Amino acid sequence: MLLFFFELMVVVSPAMLLVVLGLATLFRVKFSEQTVARFSHGASICGLFSACCILTYMLVMNVRDVPVEMGNWVTLDHVATLAPKENGGATAIVPPAQTTELNAPQNAFNSSDLEGSSFAVEADSASSTHPPGTESNHDDPAINAAHTFHFRLKFVFDRLSIPFVIMSLVLCGVIGVFAFRYMHLEDGFNRFFLYYAIFQLGMVISSLAGTIETLFLGWELVGLSSALLVAFFHDRPAPVKNGLRVWAVYRIADAAFLVAALTLHHLSGSGDFDAMMGDGDWPFGQASLTSSQAFMVGSLLLIAAAGKSALVPFSGWLPRAMEGPTPSSAVFYGALSVHLGAFLLLRVSPVLEKSPTLCAGVFGLGLVTMIYAAMAARVQTDIKSALSYASLVQVSIITMEIGIGLRYIPLIHIIGHACVRTLQLVRAPSLLKDLHAIENAIGDRLSAPPSVWKRWLPQWLRDRIYRFSWERGYLDSMLDDFVVRPFVDFFRFSSRLEKRCTTFISGTQSSVVDLDVIESEREVSS
Amino acid sequence: MLTQILITPELKLPWLEASILLPLLGSVLCGLAVNQKDSQKIAILFSGLTLLFTIGEWYDFSLLNTFQAHDNGDFIRWILGRDVFVIDELNAPLLPLAALLYLLTVLSTLPTKLGRFSFGMTLFSQSVTLATLSCHHPWVIILMLTIACVPPWVELRRRGASTRVFTLHMGLSTVLLVTGFSMVDPDAGPQSAPLMATALITMAVLLRAGVAPVHLWMPDLFEHASFGTAVLFVTPMTGAYAVMHLVLPYAPSWALQSIAVLSLFTSVYAAGMATVQTESRRFFCYLFLSNASLVLAGLEIVTTVGLTGALCVWFSVGISLSGFALTLRSVEARIGRISLDRYHGVYEHTPTLAGLFLLTGLASIGFPGTIGFIGMELLIEGEVGVYPVVGLAVVAAATLNGIAIMRAYFLIFTGRRFRTAAVLRSSPAERFAVVLLSLLIMGGGLWPQPGVSSRYHAAESLMRIRNKSEREAELAKNAEERVEAAPPVDAAPFD
Repeated sequence: MLLFFFELMVVVSPAMLLVVLGLATLFRVKFSEQTVARFSHGASICGLFSACCILTYMLVMNVRDVPVEMGNWVTLDHVATLAPKENGGATAIVPPAQTTELNAPQNAFNSSDLEGSSFAVEADSASSTHPPGTESNHDDPAINAAHTFHFRLKFVFDRLSIPFVIMSLVLCGVIGVFAFRYMHLEDGFNRFFLYYAIFQLGMVISSLAGTIETLFLGWELVGLSSALLVAFFHDRPAPVKNGLRVWAVYRIADAAFLVAALTLHHLSGSGDFDAMMGDGDWPFGQASLTSSQAFMVGSLLLIAAAGKSALVPFSGWLPRAMEGPTPSSAVFYGALSVHLGAFLLLRVSPVLEKSPTLCAGVFGLGLVTMIYAAMAARVQTDIKSALSYASLVQVSIITMEIGIGLRYIPLIHIIGHACVRTLQLVRAPSLLKDLHAIENAIGDRLSAPPSVWKRWLPQWLRDRIYRFSWERGYLDSMLDDFVVRPFVDFFRFSSRLEKRCTTFISGTQSSVVDLDVIESEREVSS
Repeated sequence: MLTQILITPELKLPWLEASILLPLLGSVLCGLAVNQKDSQKIAILFSGLTLLFTIGEWYDFSLLNTFQAHDNGDFIRWILGRDVFVIDELNAPLLPLAALLYLLTVLSTLPTKLGRFSFGMTLFSQSVTLATLSCHHPWVIILMLTIACVPPWVELRRRGASTRVFTLHMGLSTVLLVTGFSMVDPDAGPQSAPLMATALITMAVLLRAGVAPVHLWMPDLFEHASFGTAVLFVTPMTGAYAVMHLVLPYAPSWALQSIAVLSLFTSVYAAGMATVQTESRRFFCYLFLSNASLVLAGLEIVTTVGLTGALCVWFSVGISLSGFALTLRSVEARIGRISLDRYHGVYEHTPTLAGLFLLTGLASIGFPGTIGFIGMELLIEGEVGVYPVVGLAVVAAATLNGIAIMRAYFLIFTGRRFRTAAVLRSSPAERFAVVLLSLLIMGGGLWPQPGVSSRYHAAESLMRIRNKSEREAELAKNAEERVEAAPPVDAAPFD
């Protein structure tokens, strides 16, 4: 019971923070900075303490996997039909309390009930579940061709999720404290912490997700908060443009994730990671997919991971994301959000193992990104962009590690890198100040050691490489030229065509006529 | 025919007829009002009462545990001898939704717009919309759909805009419906409509629902009519309702599949168009068209999950995009028509509206934690289950819509600081609308089971009726074939 309480607290703490800040925004209650900070610190400490207690329990009891069944958030079985029988009967079925309530694990379906049902369409009525006390009208083929749908909320504390969630809560907590000072008297102080709460909840849900749909839920929350935080200083167009770019990349990644999730459901018959990855605890699960199926699903998941972790060709958003406030850059893009793609690959690692081609693809993508990011990092002229590309180098190495079949090493690498990068990004503004102070004191620029490449590469080649790196591998330009522009051109052309058709039919100009303005002028003149 | 299949129980009060007559009465009183301010007060009063009545009828209906019911002391039934206005599991939540939409629209109309928005016509339109959504009789639905075109048409004329595009599309739709339906014998059994009739009816509802490429009337209406009138004409989605009652019971599978595929195409096409629009009304129009097409596509899916998804999305899109439109309308009332080719930066003046804009927009694309999430999941699940590749169009449409909404949000509310001496804060009525819509969207998102279960019951009942229709059609066809194949019987064997 105590264990369940702690499990619940890990998720509920950030959720409560979001509820409080969200309701305050809705009802226009303006909390003081201290109050917001207290709520934020409280949520982090509460969640972290609970997570540590669970970790202690797992270590002491030598338990590798602690699932938390929250029951079905939504369930559709044809047991609750209220329609009368067509042969004149009064009522076909009387439903008992068919819904498994949220936070009621004792009512949750057991794992045998869930085989082939979670979030999956079943064409076979025989396999659909009927809780006790209900009956179904088997005379009716419409009912017998029943399709069921379960959206399960399940969280898992295992060797992957518990370090990740503790890391998330530690870093979010640290950044919460830092942001309280950094954002002091800023116009959007409360807005920042609202986005922060969405992000923290998204990270916790993603880390602990026991089903792919729960992971998707957290994944989306992280995406939204990230885009809004990039555009936090919204009085200027640049952050807003970058925020939109981040959002667009995330939406594409989300679409790939959603399609992958649906495909996995159809192939494995369930959205539960346990069912998908076999009985073994992470990382020893065995996916019940063929090599080609694993390649198809894994490729989609790789696209999703590439979008979230800024791997090639989506790398362009990472330096753009540094337009946001430093605390958000530190925790979101330097430490946590950027690792979420790698976390996804680790979570579905049994699927990767089924396809050597896919593993090679993961490794290759990591390698390409690493070379690209290393080159781009060396020519950046602002510290946050340089750090963002340095982050990308490490993330791509982590991806390569996953590609060659390592599991614990990438996890340790993620934790170590996230902590170091957070420190670097948080320290960056004051570091620059210190550097300027030193340079002022010595009256000159600090000299950098000559590059080793100077000896080995001719000038023209170095120029080319510099240009390539400076232009960030032309990745954004290529995406703009070959994807965005044709898309926009096509729809603008369609829009013009439609307006011409409308003009032709109506015999007047289609657009631009501001009738409201004309009417206003008429009213004024009359 | 739904009305012929089930024996309908009675509601405790004549809710349906009252909720149709109340706005009609309000419309007359608005015509007698001295000025627009009084007219608005009357409209708010009658819309509010109508909303209460529709909620009452929904509650009353839910107590009956039946698929459909009719009014107690049904006056129309007494005159015509058959059920015309009935409430069933399909329309039960749609009626309060439509009433809420009208109430919020009249409530949030700012004084700057009073001179250009006819409250009398709005109440008349509300009455017609509620009558359409309460009706099961095909000819009455066609009549109501035709009458519903009158208020926007009158407004277009009054504003001096060309009505040709609107008249052409709506007129053609009506003519096709009347011609097509006159070829159908409602008593001849389900799916017995001749090929020509089916084609005409399908074409008519495609026109009415604004499925590409016959959707031109919709951007034209949004451009030239007042925003409120255009929103109220399209957001109750009477076109989808017409599909449920005029096409589904009579049309063969090929017609349904054609509608589904065209709707999916429209949803992606309109989503793409929404991302490049430079005018806020056209942007909203395409956004709505994309979502409405998703609903339409889902309605043609012959699985319970898909149909449930479509019905859920119908409801969630109704709430979310209505809120979205009202937000856009409120911003328009402050800064004039909004162009989406530059930043406006009104966030500092209207943070509440900015929040609602984002919330309703995200709800419309099925963002987690909002009312649209589960519906969209069900819809995608249903689509992928039936048309594995084509179903991915739903995902593409949702992705593009998401990008379009965020782009519009950034362009309207951010990017610079809007400077004005005027006070642009939201009014109490707007704040009420914001809180109400937010609670509905978030409440429905965090506690989705009751709403989804209700839609699931409706989907199951519709599937049962649909399957029964198919069985009857098959039996009738087999019987016909047996008669044709049987050897001719010799006449007068005893002669």
